Amino acid sequence: MERAILSGNEAIARGAYEAGVKVASAYPGTPSTEILENMVQYPSIDASWAPNEKVALEVGIGASMGGGRTLVAMKHVGVNVAADPLFTLSYTGVKGGLVLVTADDPELHSSQNEQDNRNYAKFAKMPMFEPADSQEALIFTRLALETSELFDTPVFLRTTTRISHSKSIVTLQDPVGKLPETGLERNPAKFVMLPGNARRRHPLVEERLTRMEEWACRQPFNRVEKGTGDGRIGVITAGVSYQYAREVLPEADILKLGLVYPLPKALIRDFAARYQTLYVIEELDPFIEEQVLAMGIQVKGKALFPLCGELTPGRVAQGLSNQAGKAYYKHDETLPGRPPSMCPGCPHRGVFYALNRLKAFVSGDIGCYTLGFMEPLSAMDTCICMGASIGNATGLSKVLAPQERSRVVAVIGDSTFLHTGINGLMDMVYNNAASTVLILDNRITAMTGRQENPSSGYTLMGADSYRVDMEELCRALGVHHVRVIDPYQVTATHKALEEEMARDEVSVIIARRPCMLVKRDPVARKPALSVDGEECTGCRVCLKIGCPAIEWRSSDQGKGSAHINRLYCVGCSLCRQVCHFDAIGESQ
Amino acid sequence: MSNPVTNVLISGVGGQGILLASEVLSEVLMLAGHDVKKNEIHGMSQRGGSVVSHIRYGEKVYSSIIPEGEADVLLGFELLETYRYLPLVRQGGSILANNLRIFPSPVTLGKETYPENIPAKIAAAFPDFTLVEGLKLAAEAGNERTVNIVLVGALSKRIAIDDHCWQQTLRKMVPAKYLEENLKAFNLGRQL
Repeated sequence: MERAILSGNEAIARGAYEAGVKVASAYPGTPSTEILENMVQYPSIDASWAPNEKVALEVGIGASMGGGRTLVAMKHVGVNVAADPLFTLSYTGVKGGLVLVTADDPELHSSQNEQDNRNYAKFAKMPMFEPADSQEALIFTRLALETSELFDTPVFLRTTTRISHSKSIVTLQDPVGKLPETGLERNPAKFVMLPGNARRRHPLVEERLTRMEEWACRQPFNRVEKGTGDGRIGVITAGVSYQYAREVLPEADILKLGLVYPLPKALIRDFAARYQTLYVIEELDPFIEEQVLAMGIQVKGKALFPLCGELTPGRVAQGLSNQAGKAYYKHDETLPGRPPSMCPGCPHRGVFYALNRLKAFVSGDIGCYTLGFMEPLSAMDTCICMGASIGNATGLSKVLAPQERSRVVAVIGDSTFLHTGINGLMDMVYNNAASTVLILDNRITAMTGRQENPSSGYTLMGADSYRVDMEELCRALGVHHVRVIDPYQVTATHKALEEEMARDEVSVIIARRPCMLVKRDPVARKPALSVDGEECTGCRVCLKIGCPAIEWRSSDQGKGSAHINRLYCVGCSLCRQVCHFDAIGESQ
Repeated sequence: MSNPVTNVLISGVGGQGILLASEVLSEVLMLAGHDVKKNEIHGMSQRGGSVVSHIRYGEKVYSSIIPEGEADVLLGFELLETYRYLPLVRQGGSILANNLRIFPSPVTLGKETYPENIPAKIAAAFPDFTLVEGLKLAAEAGNERTVNIVLVGALSKRIAIDDHCWQQTLRKMVPAKYLEENLKAFNLGRQL
């Protein structure tokens, strides 16, 4: 059989293909993004980017109602956005199998929190599979879709960053044979969730969980593995934590759970009875531990292993006090960090430079532009979640005196605005708040690796599509003052912001320029600029734009001077515009 | 240990081609019959941040993360990023470093200084240390953008895998248009 080395995300896409998935929908979010990107290679799947996770799940529910197998994917915080349809979907159940992939991010590698979405399984009363490597990611995707149809329930597949982005060897299989035909079927008792109907569905949900719990005790995805020791230590674990447990405790016997909700209680009781010492090794919340404790079984878990951050073999070893800090080499000096920064030529840079100079209080949002927080731009004061910038600005404007109110600027990207910013703007106008909203329109969902969105003009599959007219959209919501600026023009950007901040009513500024990294319509790179050493006075104003291409070179005699790295510079000319001494020009 | 696993770490700066290098290595190891796991973090690291890829192979690999002090080989694409990850390397481990400095933003802003004499510091702690003139060799191969493959070539000497596995994998993974210069780059690295 064919083997391949795949990431967890690639394996999920493959599993969906093998299982005959017809529709896949998602909003990009690290670490889940590559699942849908990898769906595109399978023409039998209709894969699409939705404007947000709630819509993605609603599309998935519709496809399932029509009898098609469906996969919906999102990062952990995306499930918060999709939670409304999710909880009721648990009542209706499915027609075609539906799996919701939640890609959690312990350690917050690229997220605003590290919530443990296993709690959603218990909360929404839905089963949850958790793979421990790419092979399981593929198999569990297939299994989740079958389980969904078998028990008439939506099913979670939970990954974590180390599963989503790690690669390991996978055996590929052929797609399943013929699946049932799709079609319309009226079944209001199941799909019209008015109180009378929903009241009758709820007991079915509870009964379903009980049946699944018994079923899960007999399934091979929950298995006991013998260790090399004398059988005194037992470990209950799942997901990536299983790998660390095996690595650090080869002597232990392990109950490896493939289904983390509902737990196979009889199996756990039987396993636990055999060991003097029983550990639960799991990342983040004591999700398994608390349920095992509630069964009256004594286990050691969060007393030893951290609640915060991801586990590693080292952290597991440390918890067990086996061996920790095995480093042979230790630095005897502090190393400079290497924080991420906006790319050279990034259209966001000039905007944040202006916001900094205007001493704006920036109500921020989620995207590449969140890097506007970093020094030296240092122009972001709040960042909560997708779309929050506008609502936060409205709230601020309601409590502030006029002179402070005028300093508040909501900053949001095009994709984030279309995700959940529109409602915030509608509220701002409707309730007569006064604030400035800056939409950074770079025509792409950049932070997650440049995905298409409803304002980019293309779909995930690469088809041409209608491009949302941002100006008309804002006007339709009732914004009277909508203007478009080019963020490469430093003075004009500054002036536009200054004018709109002074206005005591809602105004929208759209800073429009494509992301430098968009491949479809390559942005014309201009010749690299250079600093004239004779003219440079060493005032360092060009360093304030935070461009990675500009270096400061100190000198023993003089004041030092700026230098432009010609390999990085794309000639955007921002530095040239801010230089007071005409010291920056085109390279000779 | 009854289950020996070999650990390779590749580090550098986002945008240097670390991902392709680690992909090539993983494919080669699978082709040679090993179990392989590879791990790296995407997302924020793409914007010029520090990037590190863990590759582990052997008969059976569990964790994809290399425990502290257990890397057998560290291949660094940039000096500071080589130096940064030394605590992950075991005593007597091999270090290969591309002789290149890329200043991180705290240094370009003049707020912090780039550590001095990194090669000498590495050599003092790890006798098996090779400094690679990646850019020079890549230019010799015909394209400055083949630095990552030069470095993979240098790494290949520290990993007991038949030459034909490397050649076969490069032929599979590199577009035909660029194959010749990449094979040349690989061989220049392998001669080090």
